[in-house]
Amino acid sequence: MSRTLVVVGNGMVGHRLVQALRDRDTAGGWRVVQFAEEARPAYDRVALTSYVDGWDPLRLRLDGAEFDSDDAVELVLGDPVATVDRAARTVTTASGRVQAYDALALATGSAPFVPPVPGRDLPGCHVYRTIDDLDAIKASAARARAGVGRGAALVIGGGLLGLEAAKALRDMGLSPHVVELAPRLMPLQVDEGGGALLKRLIEDLDVTVHAGTSTAAIEGDRGRLLAKLGNGTELDVDLVVFSAGIRPRDQLARDCGLPVGERGGVLVDEGCRTEDPDVYAIGECANIEGRVYGLVAPGYAMAEIVADRLLGGRATFPGADMSTKLKLLGVDVASFGDAHAATEGSLEVVVNDAVKGTYKKLVVSDDAKTLLGGVLVGDAADYATLRPMVGRALPGDPGALLAPAGGGGGVGVDALPDEAQVCSCNAVTKGDVRTAVHEQGCADIPAVKACTRAGTSCGSCVPMLKQLLTSFGVEQSKALCEHFSQSRAELFEIVRVTGATTFSELVERHGTGRGCDICKPAVASILASLGNGHILAGEQGVLQDTNDKFLANIQRNGTYSVVPRIPGGEITPEKLIVIGQVARDFGLYTKITGGQRIDLFGATVDQLPVIWKRLVDAGFESGHAYGKSLRTVKSCVGSTWCRYGVQDSVGLAVELELRYRGLRSPHKLKSGVSGCARECAEARGKDFGVIATDNGWNLYVGGNGGTMPRHADLLVSEVDKETLLKVIDRFLVFYIRTADRLQRTSAWLDAMEGGLDHLRDVVVHDSLGLCAELEAQMAAHVDGYADEWAAVLQDPEKLSRFTSFVNAPGSPDPAVSFREERGQRVPVLLGTPEVASR
Amino acid sequence: MTLAQDTAPTARTAWTEVCPLARLRPEEGVAALLPGGVQVAVFRTHDGQVYALDNLDPFSRANILSRGIVGDLRGVPVVASPMHKQHFDLRTGACLEDDAVVVATFPVRVEGGTISVGRP
Ligand code: SRM
Ligand SMILES: Cc1cc2nc3c(=O)[nH]c(=O)nc-3n(C[C@H](O)[C@H](O)[C@H](O)COP(=O)(O)OP(=O)(O)OC[C@H]3O[C@@H](n4cnc5c(N)ncnc54)[C@H](O)[C@@H]3O)c2cc1C
Ligand code: SF4
Ligand code: FES
Repeated sequence: MSRTLVVVGNGMVGHRLVQALRDRDTAGGWRVVQFAEEARPAYDRVALTSYVDGWDPLRLRLDGAEFDSDDAVELVLGDPVATVDRAARTVTTASGRVQAYDALALATGSAPFVPPVPGRDLPGCHVYRTIDDLDAIKASAARARAGVGRGAALVIGGGLLGLEAAKALRDMGLSPHVVELAPRLMPLQVDEGGGALLKRLIEDLDVTVHAGTSTAAIEGDRGRLLAKLGNGTELDVDLVVFSAGIRPRDQLARDCGLPVGERGGVLVDEGCRTEDPDVYAIGECANIEGRVYGLVAPGYAMAEIVADRLLGGRATFPGADMSTKLKLLGVDVASFGDAHAATEGSLEVVVNDAVKGTYKKLVVSDDAKTLLGGVLVGDAADYATLRPMVGRALPGDPGALLAPAGGGGGVGVDALPDEAQVCSCNAVTKGDVRTAVHEQGCADIPAVKACTRAGTSCGSCVPMLKQLLTSFGVEQSKALCEHFSQSRAELFEIVRVTGATTFSELVERHGTGRGCDICKPAVASILASLGNGHILAGEQGVLQDTNDKFLANIQRNGTYSVVPRIPGGEITPEKLIVIGQVARDFGLYTKITGGQRIDLFGATVDQLPVIWKRLVDAGFESGHAYGKSLRTVKSCVGSTWCRYGVQDSVGLAVELELRYRGLRSPHKLKSGVSGCARECAEARGKDFGVIATDNGWNLYVGGNGGTMPRHADLLVSEVDKETLLKVIDRFLVFYIRTADRLQRTSAWLDAMEGGLDHLRDVVVHDSLGLCAELEAQMAAHVDGYADEWAAVLQDPEKLSRFTSFVNAPGSPDPAVSFREERGQRVPVLLGTPEVASR
Repeated sequence: MTLAQDTAPTARTAWTEVCPLARLRPEEGVAALLPGGVQVAVFRTHDGQVYALDNLDPFSRANILSRGIVGDLRGVPVVASPMHKQHFDLRTGACLEDDAVVVATFPVRVEGGTISVGRP
């Protein structure tokens, strides 16, 4: 007969307990009943802020969060435990269910602390802990944005969570204020010097910081809120988020007579047991050795201990690492070990670079031989190697460790001993990773993650794991495909340096086999980026994917779409009429695209040249909707008409689109130009976006809509047009040379070592001395541009490829047929029975 | 020139002329119409072999296999469907991603520099 474990709470730690127990309890000694107050299964609370990015709760769900297929686990959602009867060994839920237990684990987490500020219960006041909280904040923000102008929000508390909340609010389009009682932000983690820099960097990002003051009162004010600060400042805001600390949820324990700590938290011993041997407490609700931990790693450690104890083990709490590394609003902040130099006789080594915006402090022992802790702000690249060195002899002079040379500052992963913890969330050491690689055969990051759990929580250790794999001699494949062991960037260099002009030559000398649908288009794109004539010339023609081969986009029934270029979205009535006539004459379905132009669907390959003849004669050219190349440069109407516009955004968009049209790249490129900060062209969702200011243009790069939306980062501000074009030229060519296949600029920038700063160094400050070359390559592209469709129409050889059937030119595909919908022709799909309505 | 080996023609095979061999560049495909509206995709590989498969992509149900990229995977000559990139063995029509899917193959011959496809 198996015994019953009741787990109260299905947060991150409660979930980990069940996972750990199920992993180890191979004999089936325990059955688990888990009660959750929240209505959804366990999710990644650490990543809560990313929920704003897409509002998809499923993306946060933890692995195996439902134990759907596991008969030994019953998860009861939305029914919190109301009372515990220790004598009867039962719990009773809010809905009245009585459940007996043999062992009980309290994993109720903590609740946000809301200081007794008058007005804290007004509508529009929120806390920041659950998905439901964020949904409520979103609803308030939406109401705010429905008003006039930009909404504002106040975050009470400038700690880690407060800054996370500020980020979420900014991402929702509000302008955030943060009030912090202490004289600096993140007082728990960061020292004064770091706090000062943090404030400056965060204020650059449109967050207003009010440090060293309190919130005296919140008042309702015609649907908005008026926050009165202790220093007399009054803020008009649409919503308030309290983030002033957390309190352990220990009420259940109090009610059943279990002792709690002076400042809360269910008291447990080093085995996570309360005074009652059948009752455990873990995670943020537990007070272990006099401490309550507000981080997930110590909670996970407690979950593992209880799983071990339930199966007869003797595991004890090893103490916890309170190190943190975060990217707050894009600013790196890390603090580890004894960050405040509390150890007696400890010394501080500080490098404060106001120009670069970086602050680094190491705390070392009195003899300067042992690393005790540190604080990094602005650039935390060294965190991964420094943190595991805490408590160990330094490999060199502490000053040298902070020197900017070589990024790693002098400590490499090789210097780390095997006991050094490399993933603090999951307590994985360098030795564990070594074992996973050498004994369990893990050969890449996903395998190491599956095997050790390292890197599966906050993810900050993943770069370090990569370095470790390399140092253990695991070669991480960057091969393009089975035919080329090189990465796309390496192939690009090979083609550039050797001047190769054909795929055959390249695969014979540098690859194996005959190529495939991955490497052929990639090489075709590289050849085109380097200017090798028409993309259908000679052998290049057979390398192209069908879209490039027919200079049109294939549709689900095998027909194609036609997209003429309409630079900047600006079009004359005459041209609009031509498009209408062509669409009518060929029976093409017509739609305005999301890229400010017109798509004509349903053309057969035989029709494409005839359609394009009409379009080219009317002054149109290819819109490259089919190519991995520049798509559109969207524009807003700008200063010509708009009463807010400060520059001619349409004029610039047209110029950019004509400059970069036809440029073949690793993935498609999109751009936008807005005439003022209202941003009607959505330029910050583009690979390169430009926003007009009173004094020039701001250039943003690395934006993306699509699957993984990302706002573009500001690369240069308030530059004139000449500088702007220069920087975009360099940016684009640098991207084309170094990105992976099908890597948008957003992913490329995210993967770039040194990130935006490095990019700026290369394309603005010319740190690699490449700029002249990059500009020259772009100049060659701009000079060499010719319309692909016009060229096809003049070349009988190329034209001859546009036939449905080589032995019956002119006969259309007999299997293609159309029906009518809302007045236009749409495809009848083969083998898919037509349904009248969906 | 050689024949595709796996689809040996029978005595009653009816042949349809497709095009001159020279019309097909190495590693390219074309579509041809056989009597009765049957569509075949004819491919030429780098070594001069010519293959013919049904032009219908069984996954998207569009007649497009002739427009796929020709190459090899682990030594097997393949065409990749231009719609969703499944690969088909040019010799047998077998789909490399899904054992249960095979497209029909057709006998091919090259005589006097002209490709013909047979209907068994
Ligand atoms: C036609 C259009 C939808 C519409 O009716 O409005 C469209 C249609 C297609 N999009 Fe798109 N996208 C269209 C605007 C967009 C936009 C909006 C924009 O550009 O402002 C986005 C989000 C912005 C972005 O890219 O960052 C968009 C994000 C995508 C993605 C996801 C890209 C990503 O990075 O995650 C794909 C898939 C891909 O490229 O791998 C995609 C792929 C496609 C493909 C090519 C799918 C395919 O392979 O067949 C569709 C081609 C249809 C065709 O024949 O033209 N489309 N697509 C829009 C054409 C704009 C144009 O004039 O060129
Ligand atoms: C925005 C944010 C960012 C964070 N970032 C980090 C970070 O970067 N690094 C880090 O280490 N930590 C971070 N944390 C903290 C981390 O999320 C917590 O340490 C962790 O979630 C604690 O897990 P837990 O299971 O103890 O508590 P929780 O995850 O809070 O789970 C407790 C669950 O128990 C439920 N519950 C309570 N009472 C009952 C009852 N009576 N019956 C049934 N169910 C009940 C609650 O509804 C809740 O779902 C962050 C937290 C937040 C909110
Ligand atoms: S959103 Fe999807 S379905 Fe719609 S056009 Fe884009 S790719 Fe096609
Ligand atoms: S340190 Fe957080 S996942 Fe490894």
